[in-house]
Amino acid sequence: MTQRKAVSLISGGLDSLLATKVMLEQGVHVEGINFFTGFCVEGHTHAIRKRDQQKEKRNNALWCAEQLGVKLHIIDVIEEYKDVLLNPKHGYGANLNPCQDCKTFMIHKALEWIKAHDFDFIITGEVVGQRPMSQRKDLMPVIARESGANDLLLRPLCAKNLPETLPEREGWVDRSRLLDFSGRNRKPQMALAAQYGFTDYATPAGGCCFLTDENYSKKVVDMWQHRPSRDYELDDIMLLKVGRHIRPKDNFKLIVGREEGENKFMEGYRKQFISIYTTSHPGPLVLLDGRDISDADIELAGRITARFGQGRDAETVDVEARLPGGEIKTFQVAPMPPHAIKPEWYV
Amino acid sequence: MSQYELDARRILCPMPVIRTQNRVVELQPGDTLIVTCTDPGALNDIPAWCRINGHTVIKTERRDDDVIITLEVGAA
Repeated sequence: MTQRKAVSLISGGLDSLLATKVMLEQGVHVEGINFFTGFCVEGHTHAIRKRDQQKEKRNNALWCAEQLGVKLHIIDVIEEYKDVLLNPKHGYGANLNPCQDCKTFMIHKALEWIKAHDFDFIITGEVVGQRPMSQRKDLMPVIARESGANDLLLRPLCAKNLPETLPEREGWVDRSRLLDFSGRNRKPQMALAAQYGFTDYATPAGGCCFLTDENYSKKVVDMWQHRPSRDYELDDIMLLKVGRHIRPKDNFKLIVGREEGENKFMEGYRKQFISIYTTSHPGPLVLLDGRDISDADIELAGRITARFGQGRDAETVDVEARLPGGEIKTFQVAPMPPHAIKPEWYV
Repeated sequence: MSQYELDARRILCPMPVIRTQNRVVELQPGDTLIVTCTDPGALNDIPAWCRINGHTVIKTERRDDDVIITLEVGAA
């Protein structure tokens, strides 16, 4: 009998780990696929901030694949994902999370992948009723249909709650050995994990998409509101995760490094942005993101920069501003007093 | 057998892994790839990716702010 091949959407969480294991137990050849949108990147912030650099770092999707003994293909979908985020057919969740469109997109990409690699079907760790947007029972068929996967999409953890799929009808997998999980209760997953001997898995239902974060979403919206278009690049996504963002004027904002790790990371952007720091006192590196930035703007930014350095109580501090082309401006400013930095400037 | 280099500095995981993965696809079994990164997470992630995909990490080292991972491409 031909061994059937499935690709599993491995996020790094418990559900996809278990769904993959269920398929492996049935003798299916499984390889993992993980889509990098630019937003599912908890590890990035950990890598940036010095205080987090001592923490154990691991990519949970890679960890899952290793536990399972399957290959993992990590696919960069940053460019294609822009359309999902900018024009979600089904709208956003509580913040800028386009969960239903995101899931549809990823399953569609997985469908393209199985066609290109001669695989038979797709599996996910979805559980009926577990999440309010993308895992509602009534939406699961919609996602299967709109992604184009239709009945090539099997959800092993809740398959018994859903209509039979092609792999079940064709006997590629045994439906009786699939599961009937539903709802937000995680105990069945934890019990199954224990049965399989998985102990060190990522926090259940942890989620790792920055777009579900209110503060991050506000920064994205602010960025869009102050640019001619809503387009973005990976660097934009990254910088929204770093530092304090302060917008004293419509035409520019400051990104103020909060500690050494962030300052170091931001140094890599000094050829793209005006960068400012105080030379007379230790302090943060600051990037200016904006357009038509005047000398007066740079001076204002210098005063704010001084506010966050060790010269905050000095009468004046020396400031150096480096333009992207390398030109350097030096000047003295009085640090801005705390009460002059308006709360609404903080993005 | 040839030796190649990949500059994956100033990008954060998983991008160094993705760049490594995409470069390895173009190489032959037995070729060596030296990947230079600045994200220390690459010291865990690239070896993990190698283990699950059948490639061998020959050496990892830190040099100033860089982490350097030398790997040998395995059979497809």
